[in-house]
Amino acid sequence: MEKIPGKNRKDKVFLYALSTCAWCKMTKQFLKDNDVEFEYVDVDKCEDEDLDKIKKEILGKGGSLSYPVIIVNDKTLINGFRKDKIKETLGI
Amino acid sequence: MITLEKVRQRAESDAKTYGYYLNPDAKFLQDLLEGLKSNEERHGYPACPCRLASGKLEIDRDIICPCDYRDPDVAEFGTCYCALYVRKDVFEGKIPVQPVPERRPLGKQTRSYTVAPTTSEKKPEPSTAVAKEPTEIKKKLWYCRQCGYVVFREDPPYICPICKAKREMFAEIAVRIDETG
Repeated sequence: MEKIPGKNRKDKVFLYALSTCAWCKMTKQFLKDNDVEFEYVDVDKCEDEDLDKIKKEILGKGGSLSYPVIIVNDKTLINGFRKDKIKETLGI
Repeated sequence: MITLEKVRQRAESDAKTYGYYLNPDAKFLQDLLEGLKSNEERHGYPACPCRLASGKLEIDRDIICPCDYRDPDVAEFGTCYCALYVRKDVFEGKIPVQPVPERRPLGKQTRSYTVAPTTSEKKPEPSTAVAKEPTEIKKKLWYCRQCGYVVFREDPPYICPICKAKREMFAEIAVRIDETG
């Protein structure tokens, strides 16, 4: 798990991403540009036993296995780089 | 070794063949091509950079770029799932590039979360790869009723690659093996 520091720590922002995915890269950059502190995991680099847990967590929160998956404060899940939704949720 | 230039040329040539364009955002396009390159290095084939590949060819077949879902996605949303391929109006900036909902069935997506990735495994020989196909994948023979194109895979394609007929034009070929001769 990687932590990207930022001055905006109002919400706990967690990101499931793929290291090869351009949308995920864009999401990481967007959060950095807005100085939002977040943690992320590149799912394609995860160990096998973790994949099942990740799948269950995303599906359990009502999301789809479509990356990036942004989880705010352990409850709000956003699938895909939907800028407006991310801005609205984080109030940025 | 696969080079980034080769990946780009392949995508350009494929876009041309099908009347598509590549993503007009140079930085975004570069990221996608690099993603394809690393997947080809990791798995031996260019799996979609924006989907989790299993590393098993049989499971990932439908998401090898250009994926099975590209044509219906470009037709409906203007871009494919990862947005490598775009329609003319998107290329010209008349329609913005937006995230595309996943069309790949959930049952196929979840297969990547239960099998071991092959990054540390040796690549199997082609002959053994065929013999070791996962048993849950039942491949069938399908033919296009419009042009006669025949394909051996799990599901018929969304669009016939030869005559562009829709999936509904495909029918299964029933094969009967008579062991008594």
